[in-house]
Amino acid sequence: MTAVPTSPAFKANASAALRDPDLQKALRFVRGNFIGKRASAVARLPEFDALRDSARAIKDHALAHLDLYLAQWEAKVVASGGTVHWARDADEARRAVLDICKAAGAKTVTKGKSMIAEEIGLNDALEAAGMTPVETDLGEYVVQVRGEAPSHIIAPAVHLTKEQVAADFRRVHAGLPADRDLGDAAKILGEARTILRGKFLAADVGITGANFLVAETGTSIIVTNEGNGDLTQTLPDVHVVLASIEKIVPTLEDAAQILRVLARSATGQDMSVYTTLSTGPRRSGDPDGPKAYHVVVLDNGRSAMLGSKFQDMLRCIRCGACMNHCPVYHAVGGHAYGWVYPGPMGAVLTPALIGIDKGGHLPNASTFCGRCQDVCPMRIPLPDMMRHWREREFERRLSPKTVRGGLALWAFFARRPALYARATDLAMRALAFAGRRKGRFSSLPLAGGWTATRDFPAPQGATFQARWRKDHG
Amino acid sequence: MSARDDVFASIRAGLGVRGDEAPRRAAVEARLRDAPRGVVPARGELDLDGRVALFKAEAERVAATVVEIADARDLPAELARYLRDNNLPATVRFGADPFFDGLPFGDTALEVSRGPSEGADAVGLSRAAGAVAETGTLALLSGADNPTTLNFLPETHVVAVARGDVAGDYETLIARVRAQFGRGDMPRTLNFVTGPSRSADIEQTLVQGAHGPKRLHVVIVGASA
Repeated sequence: MTAVPTSPAFKANASAALRDPDLQKALRFVRGNFIGKRASAVARLPEFDALRDSARAIKDHALAHLDLYLAQWEAKVVASGGTVHWARDADEARRAVLDICKAAGAKTVTKGKSMIAEEIGLNDALEAAGMTPVETDLGEYVVQVRGEAPSHIIAPAVHLTKEQVAADFRRVHAGLPADRDLGDAAKILGEARTILRGKFLAADVGITGANFLVAETGTSIIVTNEGNGDLTQTLPDVHVVLASIEKIVPTLEDAAQILRVLARSATGQDMSVYTTLSTGPRRSGDPDGPKAYHVVVLDNGRSAMLGSKFQDMLRCIRCGACMNHCPVYHAVGGHAYGWVYPGPMGAVLTPALIGIDKGGHLPNASTFCGRCQDVCPMRIPLPDMMRHWREREFERRLSPKTVRGGLALWAFFARRPALYARATDLAMRALAFAGRRKGRFSSLPLAGGWTATRDFPAPQGATFQARWRKDHG
Repeated sequence: MSARDDVFASIRAGLGVRGDEAPRRAAVEARLRDAPRGVVPARGELDLDGRVALFKAEAERVAATVVEIADARDLPAELARYLRDNNLPATVRFGADPFFDGLPFGDTALEVSRGPSEGADAVGLSRAAGAVAETGTLALLSGADNPTTLNFLPETHVVAVARGDVAGDYETLIARVRAQFGRGDMPRTLNFVTGPSRSADIEQTLVQGAHGPKRLHVVIVGASA
């Protein structure tokens, strides 16, 4: 059992999102900030595209030899005093983490940002076992106190305005003056810093994710800006790393290649503030750092993507550039996607991990504009893969009757070119005549879904084919 | 079958391999042995003066402050000046690094203590193992010499780095760590630090000073050529 998806209700989720004024206000910051910052960072590095090619080749090589690199990585973790726990699915991963926490007698468990933790629904499991999980990334902390899931893989609270966050802080941070100023991001952050500092120091176990696992050295790497991940993993006696099998890179040099495209694609920074390489528990003579180091490695459907049309998706480094540049994400935000991974990468990954019967709507949430593929640092052909999912959805007769009926009707005409030309010619003339006064339609029979939110432009009177023949024939 | 066996079997089934193929093993061994550098940005490929200038510019871009001093013996005075100018407590905590031994902290009014931080220290001082000019990044290694807690708990982090340790790129730093610890081995923690901590989680507004240090001051130590 993984985090419970609402992806089957994508259409209803999206409609609700479009009508949510706070969400629509917050989403302006996605459009306004991420795109320009990435573009400036890329412009500053002439080798950016060459690095993308290099990064892609590294991941393709690592995936093609994944069994061998995982075995090498595991041997190095063990040699450095760490422990590796393999998990076929979310349930096994959760149990592994719970067992470690129980053995440590944990009461408070701090967490750095981890999408794998979201994927396996870890917080609920920790609470059910009587422990207190504390998210320490500011955005994750905010969505935790709201009882929500993150809406973005690198900016979890991007769906919220600062007024909403301030109201939540007043609600949950009891004992602080009611009239205190929480009017800007700096004051909100300052309050979170004070509250969470006590949690960092009190924690018994610290859980982080992993951006990379390095086979050469048995090292896990996390990339953060706030320093919360480092406090999470340095202060408690036990450090648990949550990772998935495709995080492997062969060498430290390979990690450096991909790091050069990661932050630039994500936030437009050349490097995130903290890139931390962790290898095993504290050494003899070390005055700080965790006494135990565990890595829980999750499969959860990823190995089944190897050798399939979706293998390229395993190159994903979770930078978020695809959703930052996606017109659909800009319109509906991340929660509408209904599971852990939103945006174009989520539309491809979600059906693979939770099944096309639950995630099949997501690949349809695309205009196929191709911006996601243009900005993907790992050059993942996201639109192609969404198309593969649509084909499978159609083959498995999961698409709605209206879609199948419409396609069958279109196919009838498309197979009869003369009839097609005559029918479309007639239709265009009729529409042009009907719309001659305003040049557009504010409502159309059978097209209410389109005209509810925008006008349909009236045709000019001839079909594309007819005009092409006239101009080029 | 154990979970491990199942995961490996599923990976091999997907890839259509058994796992014992000699060419695949050879390819992996070669990659681990040769560790190719890949594409290294030209902007860091400079002489030492150029690297120091680039490091300074890049670190300042991400809101760190940087000064150069010719002699390590000037470090306590520079630290005292920085704290005074920024109206910060005249106190500092640092690790057992012999680099700090014998420096004239007694000539300043600084209250000095040594060892890891437990959260009550206002100012941490570390010596970085190196720096990367390409992105204005410091490289700090864990251990008794420079405890990791000093990098994150104090509100102010001051980092000394030897001028000669400023590298152009990450690959040079990695090669240095590999030479120091042995191929395939690492210190418990290697922290690459690029500026003071920050967050943009509220309305994508960048705020400096999140959970880690609010200020990062870098002191480059050594005479220029």
